[in-house]
Order: sequence, then C-alpha cells, then structure tokens
Amino acid sequence: MKILTGNDLKTGEVIWWTGTDWSLHVNDAVDVGDRADEIAAREEAERRVNVPYAVDAETDDQGIRPSHIKERIRALGPTVRPDLTLKPADPTAGNWVI
Amino acid sequence: MTDASFTGLVRLRDDASSDAPAVTVDSFAEQSNAGAVRIEPGDDTRELLPHLGHVTRVEINFPSFTDGRGYSAAQILREAGYTGEIRAVGDVAVDQLAYMRRCGFDAFQPDKPMNEADVEAAFARWDHVYQKTTDARVPIWGLRHGLNDNAGADG
Amino acid sequence: MYKYDQYDQRQVDTRVEEFRDQTRRRLSGELPEEKFRPLRLMNGLYLQLHAYMLRVAVPYGTLSGAQMHALADIAEKYDRGYGHFTTRQNIQYNWIKLEDAPEILADLAKVEMHAIQTSGNCIRNISSDHFAGAAADELIDPRPYAELMRQWSSFHPEFSYLPRKFKICVIASDTDRAAMRLHDIGIQIVRNDAGELGAAFYVGGGMGRTPMIAPCINDFVPLDRLITYAEACLRVYNRYGRRDNKYKARIKILVHELGAEEYTRQVEEEYAHMLEQGVEPPFAELERIKTYFADPPFESGLSSDVDRSDSDFALWVDRNTHQHKADGYVSAVISLKPVGGIPGDASVEQMHLMADLASEFSLDECRVMHTQNIVLPHVKIADLPALFARLDAAGLSTPNLDQIDDIIACPGLDYCSLANARSIPVAQKISERFAASGKGNELGQLKLKISGCINACGHHHAGHIGILGVDRKGTENYQLLLGGSEAEDTSLAKITGPGFDEDGIVAAVETVTDVYLAQRSDGERFLDTYRRIGMAPFKEALYD
Repeated sequence: MKILTGNDLKTGEVIWWTGTDWSLHVNDAVDVGDRADEIAAREEAERRVNVPYAVDAETDDQGIRPSHIKERIRALGPTVRPDLTLKPADPTAGNWVI
Repeated sequence: MTDASFTGLVRLRDDASSDAPAVTVDSFAEQSNAGAVRIEPGDDTRELLPHLGHVTRVEINFPSFTDGRGYSAAQILREAGYTGEIRAVGDVAVDQLAYMRRCGFDAFQPDKPMNEADVEAAFARWDHVYQKTTDARVPIWGLRHGLNDNAGADG
Repeated sequence: MYKYDQYDQRQVDTRVEEFRDQTRRRLSGELPEEKFRPLRLMNGLYLQLHAYMLRVAVPYGTLSGAQMHALADIAEKYDRGYGHFTTRQNIQYNWIKLEDAPEILADLAKVEMHAIQTSGNCIRNISSDHFAGAAADELIDPRPYAELMRQWSSFHPEFSYLPRKFKICVIASDTDRAAMRLHDIGIQIVRNDAGELGAAFYVGGGMGRTPMIAPCINDFVPLDRLITYAEACLRVYNRYGRRDNKYKARIKILVHELGAEEYTRQVEEEYAHMLEQGVEPPFAELERIKTYFADPPFESGLSSDVDRSDSDFALWVDRNTHQHKADGYVSAVISLKPVGGIPGDASVEQMHLMADLASEFSLDECRVMHTQNIVLPHVKIADLPALFARLDAAGLSTPNLDQIDDIIACPGLDYCSLANARSIPVAQKISERFAASGKGNELGQLKLKISGCINACGHHHAGHIGILGVDRKGTENYQLLLGGSEAEDTSLAKITGPGFDEDGIVAAVETVTDVYLAQRSDGERFLDTYRRIGMAPFKEALYD
C-alpha cells in the first residue's frame, strides 16, 4: 500500500494521512493509492503539512508497517530514547523498527 | 492577509531608466556599442570591463536564487568603477534584496512581483554592516575606530 | 571572552527580527517551503526525522557559565530536556517547533548567542582549538582571529549563496586539536623566521563523500591581510566552484580539479586586486578584539600536587586533564560519553551543573570540543578533587578522553533525515562491550568515529577506527575503516572490506583491537601500529 506522510508545518511533528485528516499514529494511515500527489498538493497548499510524500507500507499483525526503516523510525521516534517515542512505556519498542 | 501592493521593478536610481535591449556577454563582445548587457551565472564578468564606457544598464540574471555567482559579478563591476545601473533579474525575492544592494545592485526586476511593504522593510532592516563592500556603507569596524557613516558616504 | 558591543548586539537582534518576519511569512503561506528552506537553514533550522532541529552556534566553542545556563533553559522550555553537542563545537536541539524558533533566537540574543549560518551554503561557525588560551603548547590564542572572521563572515552579502557550505577553522599550535586540515579553509597562526606572526592558509580539505586533506596554499599571510586573503579564496570559489552537482560543489573539488597550484594562482591574482578594495579591518580592530581574550587573572604560587590515593580520581586526572600554560592549573575535560550513553547528549540538569562548575572552578568559561565533550579550560589543580566529586555525583566523570569509548557519533538514523543507518546504538554497544571486558583500559589512545551516512558528520574518515553506516537493500550495514587521523598527522582512513551488520561491526572492532594488542610495539598507539604493519593483518583477522 501507499501511505502519505509529512511533518506538521508549525510543530514539525511526524504525521500520517488518515483519509480526512492527519494523525501522529501510522496505524491511522490509509492507502492513498495513486492519489498521493493530489492530496499532498492540496494539503500543502492549505499549510496543514510540510513536504508531504508517499511511502510504501505493508500491513501485518501489529498494524501498518512502513517498508523502509527510516519511515519506521519516523513513525516510532528515536530508538535510543524509548521515553521520547510514541510508546514511552515500552523499552523494547525500538525492536519494531528493525 | 491585508491588502498589499506589489511591484515588478524596484529602482534605487534617479536617472532615467534605459529601455535598451540587453545583449548576451558573448554577443556584446562583437557589438560592443550595445547599451545594455545581460550576465548569466557562468559568464566571466571581467571580460566586459574594457567595454563598459557606454553601457547604461547591466542585467545580472538569477535563474535560481540559490546560485550566488551574480553577487560577485556585481561587486566586480563596481570595483572596476562602473556607475551605471546593475539590475538583478530572474528568481529574486525580497529576502535577497539587502545583500544584493550591498554588492552594488541598484535595480531589481524579479519574475514574481514583490510586496512593496516587504521591500521597504528589507532595505531598512540592517542599521549596520560588518563588511566593506562596494556600497558606501562604513562597516562596524570603521564605526568602532572613528569613521562615521557620512564620511563613508562622501568618500 | 568576547563581549558584544552595541553593534554586535544590534546585528544579532536584527537577525532575530528578520527571521521572525520570514517565519511569519512562511506560516501565512506567503513564503513557500522551497524559498523558506535556505533562509531557515541560514538560521540553523532543519527539518529532521521527528521535528525541526535547531543548531545553535558556539563560536570557536567558547561559552560562559551564563550562556551554558541559557542553553539549558532552552532545552527545558522549548525542547525535551536535553541538547546534543556536535562535531562543529555547536549544540543542537531535536524537538523544535517552527513557531517557537524566533523566540528561541530572541532568548539566545539576550546572552550574546545566535544560530546564524549554522547551516546553509554559507560560511559556517568558525571552529578552533578547544584548549585555546589555555594550552601550554600554543603560540598565541587563536580565538581573536576566529572572532575577527566570525564578524566578517556573518551576513556576508557576497558569500551567502555559495555552491555549498563553507567551514573555517583557526588554530595556533603545531598540535592540531581541531581537524584543521579537514576544513574548507584551515588557518594556522605561525611565526616566521623574522619573528612575525602570520597565517598559513590550508584550502580545500573536507570529509563528506570525497574526503581530502587541504594543501597549504600560502604559508604566511600577514595578519593585517587575513580578511583580504580569505575574501580572495572565497571569491574564486563563489565564481568557479561547481554548481551542477551538489556532491561536487565543495571547494575541495574545485581545488582538486584545478590543482592546488592553479587555484593558488587565481587566489593570488584576486588577492592583489582585493588589496586595492580596502576590505581589511584596521589592525586596531584586531587589537580591540584581543583585549577580550587577555589571560584571566591566573594565581601564582599554586601547588601542582595531586593526592592520588583515590584510584578513580587518579585515573580521571591522568586521562581527562590537559597541561595548562599557567603553573598550578590544568584544563579538565568533562566526558559526555558515559558507557552505554548517547555521545554528546547532555540533560538540562547536566548543562546547568556544567555551567555552575565553569563559574566556580574555571573562571566562568567552558568549551565545546569537536569530540562532543566539554572542557573547563582553567581549573586549579588544587580544585580537582572537589570538581571530580561534583562530576562523579552527576554521572559526568567517565575517565575516557581519547579512549575507545570516547566515540564521536553523529545523530544517525535515530534523528537525521540524511542518515542511512543508526550511529548511536553502535556507539553504545561498543562502549558497553569494551567496558564489560575491561579491554578498553589496555588500548590507550584510540579514536573511534561513527557516521550514519556518507556525509561524514561523525568524521569516520578521520578515525583511527572509523565506522560508516550504509543502507544495503533497506537494512543497516556498517563499513569499517582504519588509519585515519584528524590531528597534525592528518590521514584518511581506508575501508577494510565488506561491511557488517550491527552486531558484526561491534565484533569487528574488537577483532581489530585484538590484532593491535598482539602486534603493538612499546608505546605504540593503535594508529602507529596500523601505520607500521598496514591493512593486511587486520583484513586477515576480519575476513579469513
């Protein structure tokens, strides 16, 4: 599947396109198919996202898994600071990115 | 957004604007009676220096604002004593104006018109400058050691 | 330390207002990202993996206690409780909001700091020797020259849209602690046979994907021509540096393609022309700046005795202090490399503590090292036990300066949008492994440097052991390099062979250190042994 991501213009936070809005959680992302450019252009023009781009992803038993490690680290947070990731209570959360 | 006025040409000179068509540096070498010449980033500005006597306008093109060769081109013209118009054309925006002016540009004709209030703010922003360039401004080191702005402007 | 006068302050304040206006226009949509990006970069603001990142300039690495406190306050107020000290002697914050950036710059301006030109294709923060003004072996304090160049390079109208970034370093001793010859311009203040001071210019060095050691293009530029000569070097680069390919746009490629001789000829021609332009500040300006760097009031008659009865303390003194020019003083290094820690990171509490210690023990001064540690430059030897106790209580007393676990590591793929692989976890595993086995203590000086991509922010080309993270079909892979040095014996490391996975690279580092331990002669560092025996024995141990 193709999912759309970018950073929030004001805060810089990593965000994922949910079909109607942007979410901090990759699991909320939807398959944008071949509409990535169209959505990206519209959302960027509305200044809801900065430099949006589409990435490949798969679905597995834990949810949506971006295909490239860089996007998995974006989705989670820095693996060396579990406390600052989106799963601060799970010290082994970093294993997901590998 | 408030209503804004936009401008296509900003000119800091009092003399009449020349409408002579600008020729390329290459063709200028052959028809050096042309009144205006246009410098592209890869051109060697120094080739023009012997022929600038009757030139009233030099355009320096910025195909991309991140290509800074035009700043050196303008400085070289002013260092050689050229006093005619130097006009920045192309991908020029309000955020580049102050530095361009310091390098000797005195006219600006961007592809995309600029907000007049932003232009005014850009020229008014820097009270002081650190470097000596081809504009008349006295650098901060001059102010620290007894020169003042007026002396610099006269000299 | 340098103090801003009304003009310096006005410049920095004006920049804050300019960036506030640019940010406003970005947020309102007047300024699209592609136009804003170069402008925000010239104010140190990146868009990284998780957020905006702000890099704050620490000119020539020098900070007062109050400035270090202010850096801590920013980490607390605008970031997530820590900062990261970098290989350019700067500090960066990883979790910045664009809308906060102008306020942060305003906070910095209040303590005479800024983020001007900490990124972008312009002249970057000027770096220098972290022991400047303190080292016993220096000719003169290099920082006044660095400050002169800081002012000249700030908002330089002709050189703000260069082909690529431009890094300048100024040192003044034969011992190079600042990787001088791996800069776009490296300047060494030297004395000639007539006893006059001048500047040797090394131009066209750098790391990145095409590492080069800068050749000396002029071994003696008079000090009252320093700016004029630099201006000539930059103008030739601005006009002729490649702009068709960003990977070939650094000045090292221009110097290499023209040849050092031809580049030098062009610079000398431009220099002769620039001498007519009056761009050089008067010598009085250099003298004015120098007054700020006059020696602080060192006490005389101090004892140099150290009570070595506490072995932990004695080891720390042996490893983490450096000889000072004044009797009874040393420069003390605070390691930001605890075993298993993140190289260069410091918490708000640690920054406040280091600020306090700078005030109490080091005449209110500290320094950022390019190796991502902090120096207290002027510590009385008699104060070392008290200083050590305070550091130890805060987890800042790791005795590992220039040891294998004093690892330089870039932020890597945990933070950086350019990275191909993570650097920090590799550093953590290596330091843990050598600490657990105790082998680290046998190795002596061994500089290990890790970059998470070919851009080489982690200086892997200059490591006695270097590690380069690459992306191999979507997985992290690590190449091993041996034999680099950023010191006065500058050399570029060579790749051993095929890369390793994360556990493999940690084991490979141990393997090469085992070869060293087996082969070393008396007094040889790892680097010396490598230079003597060559790559072959290491390759054999790694791959056969």
